[in-house]
Amino acid sequence: MNDKADISVEDMASSDAIIEIINMHKWYGEFHVLQDINLVVRKKERIVICGPSGSGKSTLIRCINRLEEHQRGQIIVDGIELTNNLKNIEKIRAEVGMVFQHFNLFPHLTIVENLALGPIWVRKVPKKKAEETAMYYLEKVHIAEQAKKFPGQLSGGQQQRVAIARSLCMAPNVMLFDEPTSALDPEMIKEVLDVMIELAREGMTMIVVTHEMGFARSVAHRVLFMDEGKIVEENTPEEFFHHPVHDRTRLFLSQILQ
Amino acid sequence: MGKKAIESVQQSIKPPIAQVGLIGWARTNLFNGWLNSLLTLVMLYILWQIIPSFVRWAFINSHWISTSEQCRDSAGACWSIIPANIRFITFGFFPHDQQLRPLVAMIILVVLLFYSQNRRHWKKSLGWAWMIGLFSMGLLMKGGLFGLASVESNEWGGLPLTLMLSVFGLTAAYPLGVILALGRQSKMRVVRLFCVVYIELIRGVPLISLLFMSSVVFPLFLPEGVTLNKIFRAQIAIILFTAAYVAEVVRGGLQGMSRGQFEAAESLGLNYYQTMRLIILPQALKMVIPPTVSVLISAFKDTSLVVIIALYDVLKTTQSVLSDPKWMGYSAEAYIFLGIVYFTCCFFMSNYSRRLERELYTGN
Repeated sequence: MNDKADISVEDMASSDAIIEIINMHKWYGEFHVLQDINLVVRKKERIVICGPSGSGKSTLIRCINRLEEHQRGQIIVDGIELTNNLKNIEKIRAEVGMVFQHFNLFPHLTIVENLALGPIWVRKVPKKKAEETAMYYLEKVHIAEQAKKFPGQLSGGQQQRVAIARSLCMAPNVMLFDEPTSALDPEMIKEVLDVMIELAREGMTMIVVTHEMGFARSVAHRVLFMDEGKIVEENTPEEFFHHPVHDRTRLFLSQILQ
Repeated sequence: MGKKAIESVQQSIKPPIAQVGLIGWARTNLFNGWLNSLLTLVMLYILWQIIPSFVRWAFINSHWISTSEQCRDSAGACWSIIPANIRFITFGFFPHDQQLRPLVAMIILVVLLFYSQNRRHWKKSLGWAWMIGLFSMGLLMKGGLFGLASVESNEWGGLPLTLMLSVFGLTAAYPLGVILALGRQSKMRVVRLFCVVYIELIRGVPLISLLFMSSVVFPLFLPEGVTLNKIFRAQIAIILFTAAYVAEVVRGGLQGMSRGQFEAAESLGLNYYQTMRLIILPQALKMVIPPTVSVLISAFKDTSLVVIIALYDVLKTTQSVLSDPKWMGYSAEAYIFLGIVYFTCCFFMSNYSRRLERELYTGN
């Protein structure tokens, strides 16, 4: 639990919110996927969201960088409210890193080109500088030797680490992880989690949708449990795992921790 | 018996003779089962009937460089029709004493095309080279400057015309097709509607009718006194027609892109144009290289349809030679020659597309 020492209780009270979600609703047609979501994420806070499939947890974090549109309520990221304003959306997306379940690397570009692309085109960084940054982050995820290869030549775990490095190159304020280890073979999960834990240690604000309860226990400040489009339970990992309040949480935990 | 012994036994065993070599190949490919054996024998008989007589006609009894009178006396092919008329076939009605000019223009075009094949050469300087090349080609064809005699475009014809119509037709139709495909996917209703209507209208009519429209109907709408060159109008018709087909092929590629690629690009903060130009199009266009090349190849061959609006492309000039009483009746030779010309161009195109595919392969 030492990992969490970097953010104390007082700290959390005083540090300001980086993401605010207020009475947010979302529908897919008639289907009410997200119902009255309220969530405040503070700087440097790490939140794990879990819940059964179809509970809306991926949809929730995809709303935060407007990959999905919400229909009611407010989402405020870094002081900017998400509306239809395209410029604002692009600005927020540049500040919010996103890691996908299926990596979504660009297969026609080399690893280092994948990383340098965002800084070059969005941040207008000179190509050489962007590639230096790219190499720095590739070192960080322990994969610098693969820089000249194409994504198709890497294993799943390596690809996911590249994807994390790609987001980091944009120097984001928040990182969103959408089930980053669910598409990986078991022996590759650890290498990705290790990178995420390092990132947590450095004080990155993270929202992680995952079923890796070990990761939640050791890294998260708060665990959110979602079911049927609602945040059902929200607690510190200790309380969440040892004294779950709701029946549905208990049922879910008993299924997942077997 | 150690491990070594087993290995040496395995090495020394060769596959049975009936499965490899010529006999093995014939057995698996030609004579596996009575039906296939029968078909093989029938085919062999047919080939035996055709090939020797063709070889006799085309190569043994044939004339290569002779007058038409000498040809009349022999039973073989009269290839002489080609060299005897090569200048008319190649250049049509371009003034006889000026035909070096279209020849140089064609050479410039072909050299530029070959040089542009290599993707390592795709630099800014190549763009300038094309500009200068196109300008000098235009100058050579049209004349009227620097002491070159002026040649009206209705005297242009033959191979330069075919090459021009197809090279410019294809290079202009491709980007236009890509834009149409993007427009068809646009979120803006009006843009999408326009593209759908355009594509469906153009695809719904044959190229011949478009060419007729361009040469007969279109001038009616022009203000009085304004005329547009007939070749130019045909060129526009070919571009518009080919673009519609390219658009549909490219749309297929765009729809084949996974949602994740769009999302990854967007989540980096790339805007629509950057996403399309940097992420989506490079992958989508690569994916549809084979069908795109099919469209371009058929467009290339379709340029021969300009004969119906009385443009003398290489097909028409060859046909005109056949109406010369001296060379009447040697259409087989003339058309075989034409076939070889068209085939060479198409073969280069498909070869190049295969090379591109190989070069762009990144292990996915």
